[in-house]
Amino acid sequence: MSAVREAPAPREGSAHEGDAVPVLEVRDLERHFPASGGTVRAVDGVSLTIGRGEVLGLVGESGSGKSTVGRCVVRLDEPTGGSVALKGTDITHLSRRALRPLRTDMHLVFQDPSSSLDPRMTIGQIVAEPLRLHRLVPRSGLRARVEELLGQVGLRPEHADRHPHELSGGQRQRISLARALSVGPDLLIADEPTSALDVSVQASVLNLLADLQRDRGFGCLFITHDLAAVEFLADRIAVMYLGRIVEEAPTARLFAEPLHPYTQALLSAAPVPDPALQRTRERIVLSGDLPSPLAPPPGCHFHTRCPVAVDRCRTEPPALRELPQGRRVACHLAHPDSRLSGEGPSPEHSSPSGGTSQR
Amino acid sequence: MSTAHPKTAHPKNAEPASAVPGTPVLSVRDLSVSFRSDTRTVHAVDSLSYEVAAGEVLAIVGESGCGKSVTSMAVMGLLPPTATVTGSVRLGGRELAGATEKELSAVRGKDLAMIFQEPMTSLNPVLTIGRQIGEVLRRHQGLSRKEAKERAVELLALVGIPAPERRVAEYPHQLSGGMRQRVMIAIAVACDPAVLIADEPTTALDVTVQAGILEVLQSLRERLGTAIVLITHDLGVVADAADRVLVMYAGRAVEQAPADELFTAPRHPYTRGLLSAVLRPGQEGKRRLPEIPGLVPSLAAQPDACTFAARCTHADERCGTARPALTPDTGHRVACWHPVAATAPAHEEAAR
Repeated sequence: MSAVREAPAPREGSAHEGDAVPVLEVRDLERHFPASGGTVRAVDGVSLTIGRGEVLGLVGESGSGKSTVGRCVVRLDEPTGGSVALKGTDITHLSRRALRPLRTDMHLVFQDPSSSLDPRMTIGQIVAEPLRLHRLVPRSGLRARVEELLGQVGLRPEHADRHPHELSGGQRQRISLARALSVGPDLLIADEPTSALDVSVQASVLNLLADLQRDRGFGCLFITHDLAAVEFLADRIAVMYLGRIVEEAPTARLFAEPLHPYTQALLSAAPVPDPALQRTRERIVLSGDLPSPLAPPPGCHFHTRCPVAVDRCRTEPPALRELPQGRRVACHLAHPDSRLSGEGPSPEHSSPSGGTSQR
Repeated sequence: MSTAHPKTAHPKNAEPASAVPGTPVLSVRDLSVSFRSDTRTVHAVDSLSYEVAAGEVLAIVGESGCGKSVTSMAVMGLLPPTATVTGSVRLGGRELAGATEKELSAVRGKDLAMIFQEPMTSLNPVLTIGRQIGEVLRRHQGLSRKEAKERAVELLALVGIPAPERRVAEYPHQLSGGMRQRVMIAIAVACDPAVLIADEPTTALDVTVQAGILEVLQSLRERLGTAIVLITHDLGVVADAADRVLVMYAGRAVEQAPADELFTAPRHPYTRGLLSAVLRPGQEGKRRLPEIPGLVPSLAAQPDACTFAARCTHADERCGTARPALTPDTGHRVACWHPVAATAPAHEEAAR
């Protein structure tokens, strides 16, 4: 199976100096928000690397901090700690002015297209805006380029004269995508780009993203809660829970053998479009809600909902351990040989790796 | 007219609607909805018919703009005056189409209830959830303030909200998205409605939360015998929850079948395309997703033709000149001149 594309073949200009330099390197990223009654640790020590032309899927549920990571990466939000390097340049503390030339290297597609598109501009103006601001296309060629971009995202040329409110949510998201692709970025941050789209539209947008990604070779941070979409597009997947990465693995490995109990619960909760199969599936139902990031539980953040948590999980935060096959997991109980399963809180859990301090 | 009709353990395995004894609780006949403006007319729903029996979950599936939400708004009588609605909507023998606003408001929230996609925009942010649940009870059942509050606590427990006595005094912003949607469901089922229309009830929610909401809906139909019309675009949700499925395309019904049959042997080329385009978690390689070529047609026209013909690989002259009817009258129904043979395997062809 060709699912594991480790080092994506560099396309044209492969002799670039940047081959070894990742498009994006995030180190110990923190974004803490002061709040009445404490600090919201929305992002709490996240490290990620995206190579040239690599697609990293960042998966998590609402409130996990995945969107905040995306916003910090494009400096829409100021990280309170850690660093963000774009193609080797540390952009964590660059001024807005110094950052401006780098803006064509990265682009963010937002989650909610209805609030990210100016309702008073026409679609044509919205898509043309980055082209105009970065002077990428002469004024006379704008209309043609806009129509071309609209075509690429599956819209008709006459849509250019409409306003966002005249389009469906799905169509609006395609506008955001057309706008992002207009500058030809090296790094696309796509925050739930397909969540609002219909099945057949989603298929074509995912195909389009995959095609463009392959042809233009941009790296992509694909932020989503949709496991199937991320499986389709991503080379590697990182799973976030309450501001931290709990597991990271090459896509095929993660689906074949999820190690973290949270990843397992996520995978089991997504219904499959097959009634016969769906009836036979065992669902790991998580109890309770996501804990407040104002007062995350001590120890492992997931222990309050974890079906297999033991005493150690309640006190000692698990480190994100490096495992073979390019995997990382933050769980005291997980190790790649004997896969965790929801057997209940059995203290006899077969010798957790490095579990000397247990009991 | 609450139908507390206990349902057996595995309603999914039960025979389709025809086998459910008794008349359908909600019966929609030839429902058409059009919106007129100065410059154009949009035919959002075109002669749609369906019925749903007590304890049954009918899923209406389709992509945005296919008319699935407009259908339910028409059934609820919630469309703006710019909409022209024709056809019949019968709820337990009562005709709702053309009913006055006063008659409708006596039915809405009592016999016929609806939950929406985004609970935060449906809930009033400045009223406690207990007050909002109580409002329905006080209005339709004439309960006192105190009785309504007690019942609200029971309802919150019914939809699986922990510590309901405490939650009842909280405001919507204090609840998570999943909890808010549970509150919406509690409001909707407060008066034990015969029919619950759930318009994308889990679309805004996380998968682990969605699993809980689907379980609540499932338990409602089992415990209260509520007929549920589940409107969704998510075929995974359909597979999980539905007994029967109605597939809509461009305002028209194109296929209607028991859920298992629809997934194993879809007969309309559009349904087949949809099923092959859907992502299956855990089963994706780096394959290319099959797409349905072309775009959804404009709804300005009501052609006497198959509206899917332009995008269909099977289309011939007849498809462009005559509108196929949804046939046969019961069981697996399909509106296509060239339906795929019932035996053909599902995924092959769409992948061509």
